[in-house]
Amino acid sequence: MNSGLRIIVLIKQVPDIGKVKFNVEEGRIDRSSASLETNPFDLNALETAIQFKEHIGGYVTVVSMGPPQAESSLRDALARGADRAILLTDKFFAGADTLATSYTLATAIRKIGFFDLIICGEKTVDGDTGQVGPEVAEHLNIPHVAYVCEIRSATLDRLLVVSDMGDKYLIEVKLPALITVTKDINTPRLPTLRNVLKAKKANIEVWSADDLADYGELCRFGLQGSMTTVFKIVFPSEEGRRGLIFHGEDAVEKLVEVLRERGFIA
Amino acid sequence: MNQPVKNGVMVYAEQEEGIVHPVSFELLGKGRELADRLNIELWSVLLGYRVRDKAETLIHYGADRVFLYDDQMLEEFDVVKYKHVLVELVREVAPQLFLIGATPLGRSLAPRIAAALNTGLTADCIDIQIDDRGEIVQIRPAFTGNIIAHIKTRSRPIMATVRYRVMKPLPRDNSRRGKIVERSPPKLPDTGLKFLGEVSTRSVNLAEADIIVSGGRGLKKKEDLNMLKELASLLGGVVGVSRPLVDDGWISKDHQVGFSGNTVKPKLYIACGVSGSPQHMAGMRDSEVIVAINIDRSAPIFRIADYGIVGDLYEVVPKLIEALKRLKENE
Repeated sequence: MNSGLRIIVLIKQVPDIGKVKFNVEEGRIDRSSASLETNPFDLNALETAIQFKEHIGGYVTVVSMGPPQAESSLRDALARGADRAILLTDKFFAGADTLATSYTLATAIRKIGFFDLIICGEKTVDGDTGQVGPEVAEHLNIPHVAYVCEIRSATLDRLLVVSDMGDKYLIEVKLPALITVTKDINTPRLPTLRNVLKAKKANIEVWSADDLADYGELCRFGLQGSMTTVFKIVFPSEEGRRGLIFHGEDAVEKLVEVLRERGFIA
Repeated sequence: MNQPVKNGVMVYAEQEEGIVHPVSFELLGKGRELADRLNIELWSVLLGYRVRDKAETLIHYGADRVFLYDDQMLEEFDVVKYKHVLVELVREVAPQLFLIGATPLGRSLAPRIAAALNTGLTADCIDIQIDDRGEIVQIRPAFTGNIIAHIKTRSRPIMATVRYRVMKPLPRDNSRRGKIVERSPPKLPDTGLKFLGEVSTRSVNLAEADIIVSGGRGLKKKEDLNMLKELASLLGGVVGVSRPLVDDGWISKDHQVGFSGNTVKPKLYIACGVSGSPQHMAGMRDSEVIVAINIDRSAPIFRIADYGIVGDLYEVVPKLIEALKRLKENE
């Protein structure tokens, strides 16, 4: 391992949200309907890590928890410049809510051992919670800064970042720490063909629940470690929406009339 | 009420520079309703420096008891310090339910508390209900707003962050009485976080806007945003945009509506040349009235619109501006 920042990037494979189909009658998500991709926010996290590596040196380990096919996201991360990839996959990890997910990830990080910085995307496009990052930080008892949109400076023991909380704040954080990044922080690069080919042959380490047994409590993984249950899924109803389309020459007049009636025009 | 009552509903009162975020009053409104149905007290917790007078305000908005930590150490929002204080309090008084605003600050703080307490946390709720078995149900959108999930939590406290502008605050009642419990924060370690001040203030706060006129890819050039600005100002609103316009550098991100921008819930949302990607609709579908102006009748935005005009925004918007100006002149 070379000198510099030891960085861990947490990524998740998600369905392409523009294509995924929802079965409205049965209230379920047809995950097979869409291709899988790396959560777009996580690509910004990875790009942040690669830039640190380029500027001050470092070693980037990318970790994902998911089914075996999540391996393709890890391979993509290697092609984009990560040095090491670890897949956490086991039926005991399945059915995890954010608490169990973050605990499992934190346990894997403990097994990895040394790190200076953990980087996550601000949220995922499927879960939409943004909770896993700060929860991982808490499990590891390190500070975190959420919604980082800019890195002002970095040394091996501290970062100066801008956090976008609506208004933007300058925050200095001592390492080791965790940051979650927004899409504004950078534009993720595409992997080169050469690196894609190289990553095809690269080794992806696969860790099961047993592999983590010495670093955490098994009962806090997966469904067993989850405290929340989704018991019903419904689809946003647009029933209340009028869907009234105005046609013809006087369409604008009709719209103005409606806006007046509803009190939007004094 | 001098007896320590256990297991109330707790509401986190978010404040910044002594100003209580309005989502806190909304949560007190919802919290009051839930506490009354469960026949328990409504609690609130306020952290900050020189915020004592705000504790009274929380009572006026429905709290029975306010836990107040007023200390210079809490002047800045240090997520780790705030977490320490709140975890200690929750361990001691054991609320059944702990509600926090789903603001950027709340969404950074709540997960740390939940992880420390090893309890379930539901993000970005749009409703909290009690079902016919008396159990608390959290309701939230997921999959970029494509589904609504109903969630139960088996650990205590049940924790949830709740979206701004979905709950109604109670009218302020200055005659309401409650108890303020003053506390000192525990000794707080150096957290490794240092606050070096504000870098920039947002140019517009879309989350607060009542009327938003928004533009999308149907706009041909940056200057055409002026047309939407004019329409917005005639209606007393502000301009929003979909993501591509921000990516192209036409306008600041403060104006971006959608999954990676601002979630908005104005009274009126006029989408001009916005086709309605899932990411955009996730940020505005809860608007009270949605008007769509788009040349393409099959654009997804029409599916969630109350009113629509199928037409070229370059013809429709100027006509609309003209009509509004005429109305103003005739006043």
